Formats: sequence, structure tokens, C-alpha cells
Amino acid sequence: MLRLHNSIRPAFRSRRWAHNIPTFSHLNSVNEEDIAHFSSILAPTSILSTLSSVSTPADDIAPYNVDWMGKYHGQANSVLRPRTTQQVSEIVKYCAQRKIGIVPQGGNTGLVGGGISLQKEIVLSLGAMNNVRSFDPVSGVLVADAGCILQSLSEYIAPHNHIMPLDLGAKGSCQIGGNISTNAGGLRLLRYGSLHGTVLGLEVVLPDGTILDQLSTLRKDNTGYDLKQLFIGGEGTLGIVTGVSILTPPAPQATNNIFLALPRFDNVLPLFQTVKRQLGEIMSAFEYIDRTAYDMGLQHGLGPLLSADEVGDSQCFVLVETSGGNQDHDLEKLNNLLESLLTADEPLINTGVLSQSPTQFNSIWALREGLTECVQKEGKPYKYDVSVPLADFQNVVDAVRERMISKGLYGDHAISKVMGYGHVGDGNLHLNVIAKHGYRPELEAALEPFIYEIVADRKGSVSAEHGIGSMKRDALHYSKSEVSIEWMRKVKQVFDPLNIMNPGKVLP
Amino acid sequence: MRPSAVRLLNILVPIKRAVDYAVKIRVNPEQTGIDLNVKHSMNPFDEIAVEEAVRIRERLKDAVKSIKVVTIGPPKSAETLRTALAMGADSAVHVEIPESAPSPEPLGVAKTLKALIERQKEGVDVVILGKQAIDDDAGQTGQMLAGLMGWSQATFASKVEVNPEQKVANITREIDGGLEELRCKLPVIITTDLRQVQLLNEPRYASLPNIMKAKKKPVEKLTAAELGVDITPRLETIKVTEPPKRVGGGKVANVDELLAKLKEAGITGKRA
Repeated sequence: MLRLHNSIRPAFRSRRWAHNIPTFSHLNSVNEEDIAHFSSILAPTSILSTLSSVSTPADDIAPYNVDWMGKYHGQANSVLRPRTTQQVSEIVKYCAQRKIGIVPQGGNTGLVGGGISLQKEIVLSLGAMNNVRSFDPVSGVLVADAGCILQSLSEYIAPHNHIMPLDLGAKGSCQIGGNISTNAGGLRLLRYGSLHGTVLGLEVVLPDGTILDQLSTLRKDNTGYDLKQLFIGGEGTLGIVTGVSILTPPAPQATNNIFLALPRFDNVLPLFQTVKRQLGEIMSAFEYIDRTAYDMGLQHGLGPLLSADEVGDSQCFVLVETSGGNQDHDLEKLNNLLESLLTADEPLINTGVLSQSPTQFNSIWALREGLTECVQKEGKPYKYDVSVPLADFQNVVDAVRERMISKGLYGDHAISKVMGYGHVGDGNLHLNVIAKHGYRPELEAALEPFIYEIVADRKGSVSAEHGIGSMKRDALHYSKSEVSIEWMRKVKQVFDPLNIMNPGKVLP
Repeated sequence: MRPSAVRLLNILVPIKRAVDYAVKIRVNPEQTGIDLNVKHSMNPFDEIAVEEAVRIRERLKDAVKSIKVVTIGPPKSAETLRTALAMGADSAVHVEIPESAPSPEPLGVAKTLKALIERQKEGVDVVILGKQAIDDDAGQTGQMLAGLMGWSQATFASKVEVNPEQKVANITREIDGGLEELRCKLPVIITTDLRQVQLLNEPRYASLPNIMKAKKKPVEKLTAAELGVDITPRLETIKVTEPPKRVGGGKVANVDELLAKLKEAGITGKRA
């Protein structure tokens, strides 16, 4: 208990990122009067606060103030958990009037410190708004509250033979409102596209409390500017998503996956081309795992899918998933692909496995999806989610490792591992740099802006899917021009002139 | 006196294609059985049996002459045979029954296996199969086969060691009191168990080179009639129902009351 109290103390603010937090002099902290007002809108169980009128134990508030990685520590003294959109609207209206900053928070699984209160903002958790509003099994259109957990939605629509258009490792905790506010990508983007395409409508509470109801279930509606696109990926800085209308694709009748071991990284690109060509429309995921990540996974009990002999000195691994309407048709395509890969004059792969049952299918995926948790067990990770040309995946990881070696920061005393894995089919690399004994300013200084610069050199994105949050505010200019950033500021000014909505996030 | 030549071992592994264990079982509307329009895969106990046969060969090397897998099932069961071949079996036998035919019962299976064993010119020394199938949980086939053949049996095996020179197998069985060690003269019937603490083995994934090789391995097709066996069911299923829903527990007026009651009971929330 004592430890948690310490973690909220200013001592932790000596982290380098904390220097960049604006002081929010335009905002007010939450006080007893505010709590009294919230009590008139919300049920008692919807208000958590360390202020004496509520006296919530510190343990209960802590989960809302620390991100999933334990990297960002927030300062909120109060958390609200409204049940209805109307309540959200009234809270926002009041906060606008009182100039209280609001941090909308979903499952708190974000990886860039976007859902954490930086100074004195109040946390508005959507977790208590978790009802499915409607589902049409014919069209596949699902309308749900923003606080619905992604996995719960998958389970809700599964009996109707539909699946969610996105899938990610955090599915058991992340909420659909948060997914949309961060334009989450994930494992299925390759096949079903991004949320910019699959979201049909949104219900949003604007920074002045107005409810913008664009919860359309229409597949096509070209009537004026498509405002919802601003909130998709807006990271809660333009408004709070409270309701979602999303198109869910039919569940595939046949799913299979294969896990391949490649002798060298250079084979990944030709392999991708071959797989794309031969599997065609049934390919639904193409994931990359480098040797360092694979070995780490094995150490933590993931797999093994292949014996050590079979793996040999394979440099990297690829997971391919297929989803189609007919198992025989899909298996035939897969078998033809595998045969051509193995019998080629210069095989692109050393070996691999093909799932033989749903259980094996799940364990093959578990190896890829479990990597993020393994990383957390290895130490504290610096995560860089970047988009770079596929051919550069390996050299980016190597460059970072070289850099840490040259600074004398590579080894068990500092950075123990540098690895890459990710959605190679989308050109998205998750670079993980593990600090075995915790975050330290000199480690961050060695990594940033070095990594952003090498990404910018390759005309890549400093944030492929994780977003900007508070982590990459000052790196935005590596991927967007000053003109773009200037116009983003203008849009922010239009929606949120008081700057109360998730202040300090996204825009520098 | 010249020692008799060591007879090379022939291993037979009967396997069954059953509803995949991860599937949520639902009773069909007619209450005559379960909904079979779901994913199927090799019975997990049989997977362990196949894996054990392959491991015996890895240990004894050339002393094992052949590993043959057999299944009695509809046309789709051929996939299950291919998986076993990809895991390392040499050849397969598919005793095909029509798609609409009812699932064979343990006695029918045991009689079919007996007929098949008697057809094997080179004989069978070890039969390894799963202790039960996860769809009917009968757990009878191995024992019935041992009775029909008059062979030794060791069921619920958690450890198997075959000694071809002495023509015995040392088998550790799981029983209520703990573990029992048996020494059985060959030929022997072994049924494999799925131990919680320590699996007999962990079935391997079918690697791609083995999958390619498996396509070329021979699969013999037979019918029960050709084997001279009648596998008509002798049992009639009268009704299948779900267990009664649990009752009991109090009602609360709303979620806030629920939260209060949970807190009273000392149940606190946990961060996902």
C-alpha cells in the first residue's frame, strides 16, 4: 500500500518525458464543490476520488493513473464512470464551464501515454457504458456503447457467424471506443482494412457538452463532410466517443495458419509476394517475428512449434493466416503454396508447421500475440511502432542495436534486448528496446530522436498504429509537415477552444 | 544355442476423429445427440498415442518396423489420418463408413480392430490408443480389444518403455492411489492418458516437410463388411439433454447493490 502512495508522488516526475508536460495553467483542479456537482449527476459508485468527501482508497484509483506498461504515472485525484451518454454530456458541459481538463479513458491498454492524466485533469472512464445497442445479423452492422470490450463484442456476434473487423493482443481489455479513438490497426487490418473504412457512424460528446449523434447504420451516405473521420484516430482530443456503429464481416468458414522459419531476412519480401500471389483473397494476416523475439518467446514458455533442429539458425519467422469460405479450397491453396515453397530450387523457407486443429491454430497465434507480455516480463520496454519499407525492417532493428552498443548501453546492465516483430504485411514494425532494470533518462536520450530520425530518413511513420498520445508529441514533425500540423491545430481550435479535451496529447 | 532373431516391432495406432475439445457443445433440437456441425479434430488422447508411437521409434530406432494408424469413420476422417501420417506414422488404413451412419460403438470398433490385426501378415506387437474418446467418454475399446485378442493390457499409461529383445513392455499406469508399474508380455494393448501434472508426452506439430511426405504415404481403404465385421449399433440412445440449470442465489435490485454485496463478501476488483 505504501509503495503505491509513493508512486503518485512527484519523485517520478523527474522522468525526461515529464519535462515536456505543459503546466496547464489555463485549467483548474477538481475540488470538493466539483465532486458535489458530479454527485448530483452520477450514482455514488460512478465517482472515485481521493478528496475527502469520497475518500476512495488509493489502490482503487491507481489503475486509472498508471498505463499498462507502468511507464506513465498520472496525477488525477478523481475518476468518473458515467453510465449514459447524457451523463457524459453533463459532465463535459460542467467541466467546460469550470475549465477542468478531461482525459477520456477506455481499457487503458494504450502504449503511448494517451489515456493518462498528466497534471490535474479528471479521468472520464467509459468502462461502465458497456451495452450492445443493436446488431443486425443480415447486414452485420453492430451498434454498441464505447465501453464495450473488444473480446466481448466478438463473443456477442460469434453465434451469428460474424467477427469484429479488428483484432489485437489487448482484446480482453481494450474497449471499442478507445480502439476507434486511436484508429487501432491490429492483426486483421491486412484483410478487413482500417477503422476509417469499417466504422459507419459515431456518437460523440463534443468539448462543450453537445452530443453529436451520427450513429448511422448506413453503408453509404455521402451527405456533407464526413466528420466522424476526425474522431477516428483523434485520440480523444476533439471529443469523447460514446457510441459506435461498425460493420462486422461474416466469420470465415475455414481458418488455418502456418508458421514459417526463414533462413535470412532478405527472404521476407519475396516470400510475401509469393504468398500474396498464391493465396490471393484468402490471406488474412502476415506477421513477422525476428529471431530475438522468437527466442524470448520460447524462454517464457510460448510454443515451441518447431524443434530446435528444425529451426537451426533461421534468422526470422513469418506467421500467415488464411480465412475463407471453404476448407477444402483453402487447404488446397495452402498445400500448393507449401509444396512450391519447399520444392523451389532455392527455397525461401527452412521449414514450418501447418495447424492441424483449432487448438494448434490458437497456439500458433499465441506465440505471436504473447510476445508483448513476454516483453513486459523481460524488463521495461521502449516501444517504437513505426511504418517503414519492408526491406528496411531488419536494418532499422540492427541500427538501433548498433547505436546502443556504441553508447555502451547494450548488455544486461542497460538495454538487454533489441527486437522487432509486427504486421509486416502492412509495413508496420514494432521495435521493442528492453531496459532490463527500468526506464532511465540516458537510455531514452540515446534512443530518441535517433529512432525518429532513421524512420524519417526512410520516409516512414513514427507511429504506424499506436498513435501519438503524450509520448510522441514532439516527434510528430518527423512524419508530418509544419503545414499539416498547423492545420491540425486549427481543427483543434474549432472543436476545443478551451483546450480541456485530453490536453497535452497529440499536438505539440 | 542361437538366440532367436529379434522380431521387429509393428505398432498399430487406432485413432478417432471427434468434436474438437475447444468447441462449445450444444444438444441438438431433437434431443437425440449433440450438434455435429462444428469443428472436428483428432481425439486428444489419440494424438498422444500417435506421438508415443513416434517416440518409441525415436528411442528404439530400427527395432520398430512400422507404425500404422487406423480409423473407422466417415470420408472426412481421412484428414485425421493425414495428420497422423504427418506426425510420423508410415501408413494408414481407413475403414470407411457412410457419412450418415451412426458413430460405431466400442465393441464394434474392437471387433473391427481384431479383424484388421488378424489380416496383418507381419503381425502386430503393440497397439496404442487413447484411453477414451472425448465425444462418448466410453473408455472401453482398448480393454474390449485386449479381451477379444487374449492379449495383455495396460490402461491409463503415463510412461511406456518397450523392450523388443525381451519381448516385454514396462508401463506405468495412473490409478487412484498413485502410480502402478506393470510388466506386460508382448503383444500388448496400451491406452494413453492425459495427465494433468505431467503429460505422457506433448504431441508434435506437423512440420511442412512431413506434411509433404505424408501425402505420398499409403492409405488403404476398407469397409467393415470386407473385414467380416458387423458394426451395427447395439445400443439405442433414448434422449440427450443438458444438465439442469443451476438455481439458487439471491436477487439484487440494481448494479450498485450488487457491487455493495460483492464488497461485503470481500470480493474486490482486479485490473484486467
